[in-house]
Amino acid sequence: MNLPYTVIFEKRTADYPKWLPAVTSLLSVIVAFIISGIVLKIIGGDPLRVLKFFFTATFGSWAVFSDTMVKATPLIMVGLACAVAFKMKLWNIGAEGQFYMGAFFSSLVVLVPMVNLETTPKFIVIALMMIMGMIGGAIWGFIPGYLKAKYQVNEIIITLMLNYIALYWNNFWIFDKWSDAGFQMTPQFEKIAWLPRLSDLAKEYKAFSGITLHLGVVFGIIAAIIIWWILERSHWGYEIKLIGDNPQAARYAGLNITKNLILVMMLSGALAGLAGMSEISGVVHRLQEKISPGYGFTGIIVAWLAKLNPFAVIIVSILFGALIVAGREIQPSGLSNLLQGIILFMVISSDVLLRYKIRLVRLEQEA
Amino acid sequence: MTSSPPPNAVEMKDIVIRFPGVLANDHVNLTLKHGEIHALLGENGAGKSTLMNALAGLYKPVSGVMKVHGEEVNFSSPKDAIAKGIGMVHQHFMLVPTQTVTENILLGLDEPKFFMDLAKYDQKIRDLQDQFGLRVDPTALIWQLSVGEQQRVEILKTLYRGADILIMDEPTAVLAPQEIDELMNTMRSMTEQGKSIIFISHKLNEVTAVADRLTVLRKGVATAEGIDVEGLTGEKLAELMVGRKVIFSVEKKAQEPGAVVLDVREVSAENNKGVRALNKLSLDVREGEILGIAGVAGNGQSELAEVITGMRGCEGSILINGEDVSNQEPSAAIARGVAHVPEDRTGVGSAPNMTITENTIMKNYREKPIGNKWSINFTEARSHARGLKDAYDILAPNVRTMARKLSGGNLQKVILAREITTNPKLMVAMQPTRGLDVGAIESIQRLLLAQREEGTAILLISEELDELLTLSDRIAVLHEGEVMGILDAENAEVKEIGLMMTGMKRSDS
Repeated sequence: MNLPYTVIFEKRTADYPKWLPAVTSLLSVIVAFIISGIVLKIIGGDPLRVLKFFFTATFGSWAVFSDTMVKATPLIMVGLACAVAFKMKLWNIGAEGQFYMGAFFSSLVVLVPMVNLETTPKFIVIALMMIMGMIGGAIWGFIPGYLKAKYQVNEIIITLMLNYIALYWNNFWIFDKWSDAGFQMTPQFEKIAWLPRLSDLAKEYKAFSGITLHLGVVFGIIAAIIIWWILERSHWGYEIKLIGDNPQAARYAGLNITKNLILVMMLSGALAGLAGMSEISGVVHRLQEKISPGYGFTGIIVAWLAKLNPFAVIIVSILFGALIVAGREIQPSGLSNLLQGIILFMVISSDVLLRYKIRLVRLEQEA
Repeated sequence: MTSSPPPNAVEMKDIVIRFPGVLANDHVNLTLKHGEIHALLGENGAGKSTLMNALAGLYKPVSGVMKVHGEEVNFSSPKDAIAKGIGMVHQHFMLVPTQTVTENILLGLDEPKFFMDLAKYDQKIRDLQDQFGLRVDPTALIWQLSVGEQQRVEILKTLYRGADILIMDEPTAVLAPQEIDELMNTMRSMTEQGKSIIFISHKLNEVTAVADRLTVLRKGVATAEGIDVEGLTGEKLAELMVGRKVIFSVEKKAQEPGAVVLDVREVSAENNKGVRALNKLSLDVREGEILGIAGVAGNGQSELAEVITGMRGCEGSILINGEDVSNQEPSAAIARGVAHVPEDRTGVGSAPNMTITENTIMKNYREKPIGNKWSINFTEARSHARGLKDAYDILAPNVRTMARKLSGGNLQKVILAREITTNPKLMVAMQPTRGLDVGAIESIQRLLLAQREEGTAILLISEELDELLTLSDRIAVLHEGEVMGILDAENAEVKEIGLMMTGMKRSDS
């Protein structure tokens, strides 16, 4: 090798600047787009046209942007659910099941019904559904949390298995008990149980007609703010991080690990449950079989890409919301899955930049 | 050829190794003669490991010449170094716990290729053991072995690979006293059979006991190159290491102890393997008094510290200022003013990926002014940490530095600073100076004595007899979970303590 320069990977001795993770994440998304473009070119497509289409289909107008946000909404809450648990190194991969239980429990408000739907004010119905949704998810988080705390049962297996139980539990009710004319869904909920949408305001503001964005997105943003405050400012967040980093040290410092473990699993489950509530009350308006195209699992990726930062969860969720919308619009639809995969790959490998400095060095200088 | 002595095993000349912003080795020379034990001394961060990593092929020097057996070498990977017969025994073992000794030794070798006739290799390893006196059952699983035995496996690993130049990175740091003696015998028998050893250490007495010559590094520069060990005094060595005269006996003021703070009555407990580790043990510590606990490692010291601080359950009672705290969570002990400097500073005493700030508030994050009702005031927390950093002379770029980036001595200062600021009534300090360099040891010892003057009752558990004799008012000797006797430190004799450590009960106690 006679190159006058050599590339050196230097281990970072000092801490990296705070903005660096954001920059590397952004870079990796851009690189992922470029690589997808190359793949597209190889198979004979026109990358620039597809890229343009991707943006018009997801961010091109208020209407499509609203679709993107509607898809992003459950991802924000599920992503937060995973982020909270992961901070304590609790591998909750049961957000999908907690999402379904949240949907189921909040549906009870309408299907039982728990209140008189004719006379009760809308905000009470909605608030009750939110509470029930969070309780449903929290129960589904409590079970693995309790088993881990008391009997050291691996939470990964339990949360994974509980996903299927939740799914079939839901199926039992929608097939057997509340089926709408034999279909795998309950009858549509009364309007009072619908989350307000922007299109509800179309009469006053013409621009909002057909905009399906619902109040759930606000839940997501408020949840992100609360979770950020808990993690970064509260006693509890400090305890969560301490237990996550070194449980031995946490015990030594006098923390109650058992209690925290159960509480964090319940908080995580409650957030996923709230996502389930928001989805049935804001989008599908009934309990049915396929309310989630795997939000609970995408949430794991979202949390990870966001490096467990609650605000980054919002941004990553919007990107993934866009990918879901684009997947519907672009043929072959596998393209957006390809892009998702490459993004994940790039973000994970971009961690190298956080740990190493890359320098170009003139060879003479070293001699 | 026959008459001329064999060439030097290793010659390193004018070695320069540079890291970003740091000159780790500045024109260092080191010559390892054939068949000698050469000690490499220096404080933490002096550049010892860097120099040895260059010899083991892990780093490339910027400039300088390395010769092995008289032949110039230029290693580009550890493989090259192994091929030249250089083996490194790391401080942290690299063994697979669920496999046998033989399997671990064979790991990564070309032979056996496919069929593993383990019995044959067991025998090969036994032969190797006989040759050097490294006793360990080849068929035992690693997790069943003691730390000392695991180290023997590491040494066997390098010998099996044909190493005749061994680099031992602080091999004694993890060992109990009698294991250290065994290791030294092994080292001597290895050199008698033609191996050459570089021995990295902090401990001056070990160096004088086993090494032939020594090289001292200070801040990347050699302050002594290959001088003979014979005739060197401890003071002279310490001066070479830290650049100033170290006061070995820190001043202890005479003072009368006050009321009993810790009263341990007939306490029994089991260790992690379910074996009885404490057997009806009783002792007490008073205000302004240091009670030293002496004993060979593994005679119940860890368990004693853990039952008092609430980390382990027990039978019997543990009274702190009259209140029983036995069999409660650590929070109960903390609430009654028990501070704890744990044996394992990285595994128990700190959170590695959290900042200095976050590590210093571990016990007072709920108290004003750092803690509000629900939240933590991080501005206050940072200024609290900065205060401690200055007061305790903790060397770190800033308080946002992660705990894992601190050296052992600085991490220990963070832990001590945190524990002292809780204004403890009782402090349980286990091995507070283990593995630290001379300068850090002294400042930790001074901090403990200052606590004693403040009136804190201190239970000091240590394997360093010198340390116990210097700091303690009284010394209790543990053997198999029982107190063999309690002596006044002032007129205690090392010989008597030694006898009690081996299980001889003191007649008048």
